[in-house]
Amino acid sequence: MLITCPCCGPRDVSEFTYQGDANRTRPDPASTDQAAWNAYVYDRVNTAGAHREYWQHSGGCRSHLIVVRSTLTHRIDSVRFARDAADGARRRSGGAA
Amino acid sequence: MREYSALALLKNAFSGNRDWKPAWRKPDPKPHYDVVIVGGGGHGLATAYYLASEHGITNVAVMEKGWLGGGNVGRNTTIVRSNYLLPANTGFYEHSMKLWENLSHELNYNVMFSQRGILNLAHTPGQADDYIRRGNAMRHEGIDAVWMNPAEIARKVPGLDVSAKARFPIVGGLMQPRAGTARHDAVAWGYARAADRRGVDMLENCEVTGFLRDGDRITGVMTTRGEIRARKVAVAVAGSTGRVMKLAGIDRLPIESHVLQAFVSESLKPAIDTVVTFGGGHLYVSQSDKGGLVFGGDIDGYNSYAQRGNLPVVEEVMSEMAALFPGWAGVRLLRSWGGIMDMSMDGSPIITAGPLPGLYLNTGWCYGGFKATPASGSCFAHTIARDAPHPLNAAFTLERFHRGAVIDEKGQGATPRLH
Ligand SMILES: Cc1cc2nc3c(=O)[nH]c(=O)nc-3n(C[C@H](O)[C@H](O)[C@H](O)COP(=O)(O)OP(=O)(O)OC[C@H]3O[C@@H](n4cnc5c(N)ncnc54)[C@H](O)[C@@H]3O)c2cc1C
Ligand SMILES: [Zn+2]
Repeated sequence: MLITCPCCGPRDVSEFTYQGDANRTRPDPASTDQAAWNAYVYDRVNTAGAHREYWQHSGGCRSHLIVVRSTLTHRIDSVRFARDAADGARRRSGGAA
Repeated sequence: MREYSALALLKNAFSGNRDWKPAWRKPDPKPHYDVVIVGGGGHGLATAYYLASEHGITNVAVMEKGWLGGGNVGRNTTIVRSNYLLPANTGFYEHSMKLWENLSHELNYNVMFSQRGILNLAHTPGQADDYIRRGNAMRHEGIDAVWMNPAEIARKVPGLDVSAKARFPIVGGLMQPRAGTARHDAVAWGYARAADRRGVDMLENCEVTGFLRDGDRITGVMTTRGEIRARKVAVAVAGSTGRVMKLAGIDRLPIESHVLQAFVSESLKPAIDTVVTFGGGHLYVSQSDKGGLVFGGDIDGYNSYAQRGNLPVVEEVMSEMAALFPGWAGVRLLRSWGGIMDMSMDGSPIITAGPLPGLYLNTGWCYGGFKATPASGSCFAHTIARDAPHPLNAAFTLERFHRGAVIDEKGQGATPRLH
C-alpha cells in the first residue's frame, strides 16, 4: 500500500502510523454529557467501503493526515493535511482559532 | 449417536467406505424457527449444538452465506489456552478449556485437541514479573501455570536462541501445560454434525440480507433463500458483525474490523512440540501434525474488510521468527492468508441479549476467538434460551462500554488495533 503524502509524495505504508477513525466528533471539552463522551470513546461506524481515517507520516515529515481509503480494496481516494480539515471545521462552525 | 468408532472404521474399510452417511443433512428452509442463528462458524454451530443438547431447543436453523466452517473457524492458527489475568476472562476461558478436554468424546468427533502446552517468553525483568503475576492469578483460579527458567526452556524448545547474544535475551517463560491446539475444521464439522443429529437445520449458501421487524422487535430474517420468521435471531458472524448489524439499523458498535494474517511453512521433521509466543515482539508458532510451522503475529493495524494483508506485516513476522529461531531462517513459506476479525474496544468479547428485542449478539473475539468456541456456544445458548446471561458471560455485555465497566486485559484502553 502506498500513501501519497501531500508534503513528501508517494511513500510506503510502513512509514506511516495509523491513528484511527476520523468519523468521530469529540464533544465540547466542557460537556458533561456522559452518553456523548462514551459514544465518542467507544463506538465506531466501522465502514465497509470508503473510510475517513487519521494517519501520521511518522517516518517522514511527521504531518498528521486525513486519508480516505476503501476498507474493502485498500484503494486510497484522497490524502490531505489534518490541519486543513480542522481549519475548515472551525470556519464552518464559526469558532476562533 | 456413536457413529464413529474403531469398529465402524473397520467395517467401512471392508465395504470400500461406501456406507458412511453425510455428516449433516441439506434441508430446505422451514418458514419458521424458534431460533435462527446467523453465521455458520465455530461459535454459531456450537451455539446451535448447546441450544439442542443443554436446553432442548431443536427447532433451530444455522444460516451460513458460504459453506460451514469457511470463515475464521477454518482460518486460524488453532491455539487454545486459558492463560488470562482478569477474573471475568479466566473464568470464561477455563470453562472453555474444560469443554475442550472432553469435546471429541462429547461430539463423537475427533477434534484432535492436543494439549502440547503454550510457553509465553519474557525478555525483560518487568515482563517476567508481569507473567509471574498472571501465572499466580491463574493458579488462584485453579488454572495450571508453571514458571520456567532459561535452562528449562532450552531443554523444552531446542532451536530457540536462549543465549545472551539473542536480539531479545530470554529471561524466562510462563507455561500453561494444559493449553495446546485443535484441528480447526474438525471443530466446525463436529459441532455441525452433532447439532444436525439433534434436529438443527444447517442452511448453507443462505446469506442474511435483512431483518424482519415488528416495530423495534426483530421477528425473522430476509435471506437469499427467502424470508424466514423466528422467535429469536442470534448473530454470530465474527468479522462481519458491523455489516450484518447495519442491516438491523445498528450503525455504531464498540467494534472495528481488522485483518490478521497467518502463515504455514513447508513440512519439517518434528521441531517443536509446544506453542511458543515471543514476548519481545508479537509472534506465536506451533508445528502442525503434518509438519508445517503454523505462525502469525500482529494485525495489519488499520480497519479492513479485505481478507488479505499487506507485505510490511509479512516481513515483520518473518524477521521475528528468524530472531527467535535463527535455524529456521532458510525454511520456505508455503502459504499465507488473512481473516477479518471483530476487534472490540477493550479486547474482550461481547455475548449479550440485544441490542434490539428479539436479537442476540455474539462478537468481539479479536485475535482469540477460536479457543473460546465451546464456552462461547454454551454461554450464548444459555443467554438465548433463558433470556439471561450465564454467570460466566454476565460481564460480557454491550453496555459495559457505556458504564465504564470495561474488561481491558492488556490495559491499553479503547484502542482496538492494539488488542
Ligand atoms: C489468521 C487468524 C488466526 C487466528 N488464530 C487464532 C488462534 O490461534 N487462537 C484463537 O483462539 N483464535 C484465533 N483467531 C480468532 C478466531 O479464529 C476467531 O475469533 C473465531 O474463529 C471467530 O468465530 P467464528 O468461528 O464463529 O467465526 P467465523 O468462522 O468467521 O464465522 C462467521 C460466519 O458468519 C458468516 N456470515 C457472515 N455474514 C453473513 C450473512 N450476512 N449471512 C450468513 N452468514 C454470514 C461467515 O461466512 C462465517 O462463516 C484467529 C483469527 C485469524 C483470522
Ligand atoms: Zn510526509
